[in-house]
Amino acid sequence: MSTDTINALVLFANFILVPGITYGSQLALGALGITLVYAVLRFSNFAHGDTMAFGCMFTILATWWLQSMGVSLGPLPTALLALPVGIAMTAALVLIFDKLVYKHYREQKSAPVVFVIASVGVMFVTNGLVRFIIGPNDQQFSDGMRFLVRARDFKKATGLDEGLTIKLTQGLSVVIAIVAMLMLFYFLQRTRTGKAMRAYSDNEDLALLSGIDPKRVVMITWLIVAALTTLAGVLYGLDKSFKPFTYFQLLLPMFAAAIVGGVGKPLGAILGGFIVAFSEILLTYAYKKLIGYVAGERPEGLVQLLSTDYKFAVSFMILVVVLLWRPTGILRGKTI
Amino acid sequence: MNQLTRGLLGFSAMAACLIAVGVMQSWTLSFTIINMCLISAVMALGVNIQWGYAGLFNAGIVGFTALGGLAAMLVSTPPVKGAWQAGGVSLFFSLLALIAVVIAVNALRRYIPAGRLRSVGTVVLIVGGFFFIRYFYAPAVDAIESFDPARTGFLGGLGAPILFSWLVGGLFAAGAAWLIGKISLGLRSDYLAIATLGIAEIIVAMLKNEDWLSRGVKNVSGLPRPVPYEIELQQTPWFVERVTNFYAAELPVDATARAAELQQKLIEASSLFVKLCYTGLFLSVLLLVLWLAYRAQRAPWGRMMRAIRDNEDAANAMGKDVTRRHLQVFVMGSAVVGIAGAMMTTLEGQLTPGTYNPLRYTFLIWVMVIIGGSGNNIGSVLGAFIVWFGWVQAEPLGQWVIDHGTAWMGDGHTLREHMLENASHMRLIIMGTVLLMVMRFSPNGLIPETNRQ
Amino acid sequence: MSLLKGESMVGGYGKTRILNECTIEVDRGEIAVIVGPNGAGKSTAMKALFGMLELSEGSVTLGGEDISSLSPQERVTRGMGFVPQTNNVFVSMSVEENLQMGAFTRTDDFQKTIDQVYELFPIFGEKRRQPAGELSGGQRQQVAVGRALMTQPSVLMLDEPTAGVSPIVMDELFDRIMEVRNTGIAVLMVEQNARQALEIADTGYVLVTGQNKYTDTGAALLADAEVRKTFLGG
Repeated sequence: MSTDTINALVLFANFILVPGITYGSQLALGALGITLVYAVLRFSNFAHGDTMAFGCMFTILATWWLQSMGVSLGPLPTALLALPVGIAMTAALVLIFDKLVYKHYREQKSAPVVFVIASVGVMFVTNGLVRFIIGPNDQQFSDGMRFLVRARDFKKATGLDEGLTIKLTQGLSVVIAIVAMLMLFYFLQRTRTGKAMRAYSDNEDLALLSGIDPKRVVMITWLIVAALTTLAGVLYGLDKSFKPFTYFQLLLPMFAAAIVGGVGKPLGAILGGFIVAFSEILLTYAYKKLIGYVAGERPEGLVQLLSTDYKFAVSFMILVVVLLWRPTGILRGKTI
Repeated sequence: MNQLTRGLLGFSAMAACLIAVGVMQSWTLSFTIINMCLISAVMALGVNIQWGYAGLFNAGIVGFTALGGLAAMLVSTPPVKGAWQAGGVSLFFSLLALIAVVIAVNALRRYIPAGRLRSVGTVVLIVGGFFFIRYFYAPAVDAIESFDPARTGFLGGLGAPILFSWLVGGLFAAGAAWLIGKISLGLRSDYLAIATLGIAEIIVAMLKNEDWLSRGVKNVSGLPRPVPYEIELQQTPWFVERVTNFYAAELPVDATARAAELQQKLIEASSLFVKLCYTGLFLSVLLLVLWLAYRAQRAPWGRMMRAIRDNEDAANAMGKDVTRRHLQVFVMGSAVVGIAGAMMTTLEGQLTPGTYNPLRYTFLIWVMVIIGGSGNNIGSVLGAFIVWFGWVQAEPLGQWVIDHGTAWMGDGHTLREHMLENASHMRLIIMGTVLLMVMRFSPNGLIPETNRQ
Repeated sequence: MSLLKGESMVGGYGKTRILNECTIEVDRGEIAVIVGPNGAGKSTAMKALFGMLELSEGSVTLGGEDISSLSPQERVTRGMGFVPQTNNVFVSMSVEENLQMGAFTRTDDFQKTIDQVYELFPIFGEKRRQPAGELSGGQRQQVAVGRALMTQPSVLMLDEPTAGVSPIVMDELFDRIMEVRNTGIAVLMVEQNARQALEIADTGYVLVTGQNKYTDTGAALLADAEVRKTFLGG
């Protein structure tokens, strides 16, 4: 292999592979939450992005408090230690909203669209809470070691022109996401409660007939959703930064991920998360340098298919293609 | 309490509030609020046509509003000749290229049977077409945007009367709605919500980033008005005469003081007069839309729509093309929102793409519709007035409450400072709570729909 | 005294009265079949027995105990198994998981019951890991029956188990149901395929407009010229 080819591969890894896997893991965690709410409670939760922001906010607050007490995890971000606080607060929030809002419509057997509008109300309140408590601006809360692999060290070690950077937060995102997903799948496939959840999602009437308690299923679903959402929010916030409006905007890519994979299918949500993440990055990356290495000559212009300002348009395009071509999603989720 | 009483009571209370603002704060402020209330009412009507008549959830109101705003700018701004010369031709070619690609894709899908060849061919054509269009488009954009960027850097518009843009705004929004409805209607009900959320985000992103078209975040200000300018009014003899006569008793006798006082009164009166002109225009549109909606509701078409909404399966079984009707309603409602968007930009006199915030537009309008009474047009109008009034007045009120509520902490207290700083976000919490409470405890809203059994 | 007895049941949906003093009973080791024309209230009678329909008059007793006020879930724990006509399996879950869900309320070790069900329905042997949604119609019905058997019920109620399956599959299903009966369980079925069902029935109920029109052994009903002419198509 020529040096140019290796340089091209490193460049590809540095700007597409690593960010794609990271962002994909974060989106997948978020989309899993959307999918679980859809599978068990049967509505598209518009408040999901803001719930993510809420969980992340409390983690940040707890992080700041821990930092002020001088507590740290050494090379790891202190936020990991604060995660349980965020998850607990989010769990409390979603359970309260379920009791005050969604439960009523479940009992009334309201149309799905009513749930959606109710979730808009919940979104409003959650969004307001977040902005009121922490404000609408960017917050940085990442500490500890910054890099697993530094571009400079990489270049020195390999003698290549291109460097590879892997941030600690990127590594953490992937590892934590994988662990969370494995735990979730173990729970759903192997435990009695997890199976009951799947049964309830599959066939509500028959589940009732089998003696499965719907209240318990709903509660456990919300607890899992709270954990997944907070994880997704914190990992995204550590990796990039925390800003309430960004989390609202994540709603579209997360919906796209959930639908592309097949709504109501957890595996589909993960698949969808990576599809959306990689599409976004592949379509907005400037290929100038990469083509330079491959073709031996750098082209004029950036060779960027789409400006990064349109990255949300990518989710939308994926959504449109799926709706036109296979509305049930790749793994054949539920329709109506 | 019957509907009429509820309506009268609601609107009287609203009028009382607005008069109170007029007397206690200022009449100019009162009419500023009224104008935005009227625009919001038109938007709410558009949304209510979709929700009340067909049960469609449109989560992209902000996008249709922005398209209306774009229309207002494109119709009224004079064309930038230099920019056209610089990039007009290439831009035209890129448009031709776009049309060619669309035709090619359509032809391919029509003449080649379904299968791998067709799928691969479509992808290849779209990707190739993308570069083909870009070949003309990119230089055109560069040329246009670098033409006098400090002042223009965009193509400008038609230089036509801005009132004309209200129609164009409706058409723009209708076009976008048709596209999105064609894709997502007939599928699960929340797909429309998600798809509209997406298209809105894209429309707003385009307005912010396609500088050649909209000048992006550099804004286009100074759009021509459909009503007189204050400065002109202050120099128009009949207006000066009216104002002088009106205040004849109050004005001081001393000539210098009198001139100064008159000037002050003239400024106030002209500003109020301009607002009143807008109020007249907006009110006409609102009444027109209301009347049309009323007529449509009474017509066989309206009965059919209600039949579809109340029992989609039965309507389907009776041979009604539900998806087609839904598309119709969705396009009409979005067009009304587009009109309102154009009206709003007309009122503001500038296009500011950076301000199109989904929380402020899409979701606030929903609060209006739900509070007013889903399916009831008059209710939506009342909802729009109440919510907009509340939205505007909640901010100073919230500030005041927090200011006094935390006064015991003493100035400079961190918590107090923090709460004061973020008080404006209380509005979101209040609006969300109100929405949830109304949905839960009074699902028919303030004025329930008459025709619902 | 029969194991399960619905006596003089009166009830319906809203104001429409569907059951008019209808009496149905079934005992251990017995198959009772409810037949009758469309709209006779067959399925409604079944629902009433299972507590999915409130009775305005009459009572339901199980082993002599009045259970009229119990919810369907409570009746399941008392030993009643119910197989709905449609949507009666968890399509996304494997055969084995379907059976496990059937035993959801049991706290003891139910592996033995699973083995018994596999013995009863040998075709599951190789399909236990397959999602129930991928099985054929007849196999699905067997899963549904198996799921209901997991609580070790004393009464098994089947709402039109052979709806939409081929005649061969129907025979197979009826064979299985007879085997279930032979284990000492009381079986109550609603059936459209009246003739075949009455052939295996110990007791047959012919319902018309929510009332008992004929009640006799299956064989006797089949032999009755009047019944044959009116309800069995000659």
